[in-house]
Amino acid sequence: MPGTLSVLLRNRKVVIGLVIIAIYLLVAIFGPWLTEHAPLQRVARPHQPPSDEHFLGSTRMGRDVFTQLIWGTRTSLFVGVLAGFIITAIGTMLGILAGYVGGWVDEVINFFTNVALVIPQLPLLLVIAAFLGQSSPMVIALIIGLTSWAWGARVTRAQTMSLRQREFVQASELTGEPLWRMALVVLMPNLLSIIGFNFIGSVTYTIITQATLEFLGLGDPMSVSWGNMLFNAQVTSAITVGAWWELIVPAGAIALIGVGLALLNFGIDEISNPRLRTLGSLNKAVKLQRQLDKQRAAAYTQGNAAP
Amino acid sequence: MAFLLRRLGFYLAAFVVAATINFILPRMMPGNPVDIMFSEANSTLPPEARAALIQTFGFATGPLHEQFFQYLKSVFIFDLGLSLRFYPLQVSQVLAQAAGWTLFLVGVSAILSFVIGSMLGVVAAWNRGGKFDSIVSPTALAIQSIPAVVISLLLLFAFGTTLAWLPSSYAYHPSLDPGFNLQYIGSVLYHAVMPVVSLTFVSLGGYLINMRNNMIGQLGEDHVVMGTAKGLSSRRVRYNYAARNALLPSVTSFSLSLGAVMGGSLVTEIVFNYPGLGNTLYLAIVARDYPLIQGQLLIMTGAMLVANFMMDLAYVYLDPRMRRA
Repeated sequence: MPGTLSVLLRNRKVVIGLVIIAIYLLVAIFGPWLTEHAPLQRVARPHQPPSDEHFLGSTRMGRDVFTQLIWGTRTSLFVGVLAGFIITAIGTMLGILAGYVGGWVDEVINFFTNVALVIPQLPLLLVIAAFLGQSSPMVIALIIGLTSWAWGARVTRAQTMSLRQREFVQASELTGEPLWRMALVVLMPNLLSIIGFNFIGSVTYTIITQATLEFLGLGDPMSVSWGNMLFNAQVTSAITVGAWWELIVPAGAIALIGVGLALLNFGIDEISNPRLRTLGSLNKAVKLQRQLDKQRAAAYTQGNAAP
Repeated sequence: MAFLLRRLGFYLAAFVVAATINFILPRMMPGNPVDIMFSEANSTLPPEARAALIQTFGFATGPLHEQFFQYLKSVFIFDLGLSLRFYPLQVSQVLAQAAGWTLFLVGVSAILSFVIGSMLGVVAAWNRGGKFDSIVSPTALAIQSIPAVVISLLLLFAFGTTLAWLPSSYAYHPSLDPGFNLQYIGSVLYHAVMPVVSLTFVSLGGYLINMRNNMIGQLGEDHVVMGTAKGLSSRRVRYNYAARNALLPSVTSFSLSLGAVMGGSLVTEIVFNYPGLGNTLYLAIVARDYPLIQGQLLIMTGAMLVANFMMDLAYVYLDPRMRRA
């Protein structure tokens, strides 16, 4: 494990991504100690620009934007991680089952995976959320989790099918391993990079989608989240009255965590697929070689010119 | 041919699944589906209109399987009932009015992002590790993970309100009458700039990264080395030997990401007050107009399926192996 970690930390993208995510985690954990206000309390006059007292300004309702940002971080990370777990668990399970068992099981799972892939996600979520009424962050996490597993299932299935041909898998099969051991002990460790990729991607997707659903007014207005902040900014026409802080703060928070997670994912992709590793060592080697060539060429022409 | 027929069958089945979700959802909610659907609109609806609506939906009577086939039939003849928000218009009428604008936005931005993203991806892969690659690729990645809501709102804030360079709402200037003249078309294009740019940004990064990674995989292949060894121009090797093969997975991801563009378009239209499906949907959500929200899912699924079928055709054209199969 320490070996894996040092490989991870050698990649610059992974490090930047990890730092960004760590900041968000710290804010989510220690957030409530950073502010003296309650997120839904009226603590200032409406639409106050950033100042010493409220350094990210206040909303139309006189709520402190900084406090809302911090509590929103908690909500978003919670929803993201919960839905990420559900998506990854369902996707991995179905993917392994379809890829390993094959036959009609594969046919059925693959059919539903493909159907889930062609039905547009956001409209589907909108229909479900509209029927559920005002959805709390928990409910949003559940509906996103239960409808978004298709991509993971497809990728896991493909990888499982190629693993199935390997000798070590066939050998374990011949020793009579039961299905659950084949799935969890033989196949799963070899799918870890895909599972990790799927999980991080799902967390990103969930955070973005949650914000979108709430922006459209399908969230629970009494919960504090980035999406609700955007919704309130839109409803109270914060942009037209010039209260840019009400918009920029949640928008920036969503954008930055998206970037952090994407960098992490991209870095992991580079590590698991060496062909994509183009920066760093490879580049240095090329540069050194060029320098060496130049020196040699210079020495050669000098040597030729001198006598 | 068999391949295309099989795909067609699959799309039909997928459409039935989407319709089934629409059918089951209201029935899974506690209480009477009719009451749920109309509870929010009750106060504004005259009793005879309510009776007419229940009649139109017709699902309160008969055993469940009969209701289901009744529903499927009405879906396939595009009879989606009456809208509550835009009463007395039919859902299909409301959707038809709005669909054109959305199709325009999604179509233009999907093609723009695919072409620009893939081209940039080819260049980034060709000069991998170079300056262009190490600036453009991470940037594309960063933009790709920023949702449409955020991009649209920021663009609106910067260019619509603060600088006031571009119009911040409507599809054309309200004083103009639709017609085939220069002034009207110019106004439409002018109003489409911001929505199209934000939608293009949403999916551009994905294509760039996808193309770059496929291309890098291709560049190591023997046929590319062979092309170079034959002394072909680097342009020819790049586009005819490497990029053409690297394009295939991108075509697949094009059809998959159309759903995301469509979702993004819903949001973008609301931000820019653009009269497409998204704006209609927003009004429907606010009014809890369930027939319209459901119709939205069907029309979007239908559009996705048509687009996917077109991608299948493109695949057959691009990959000669598919023609024989």
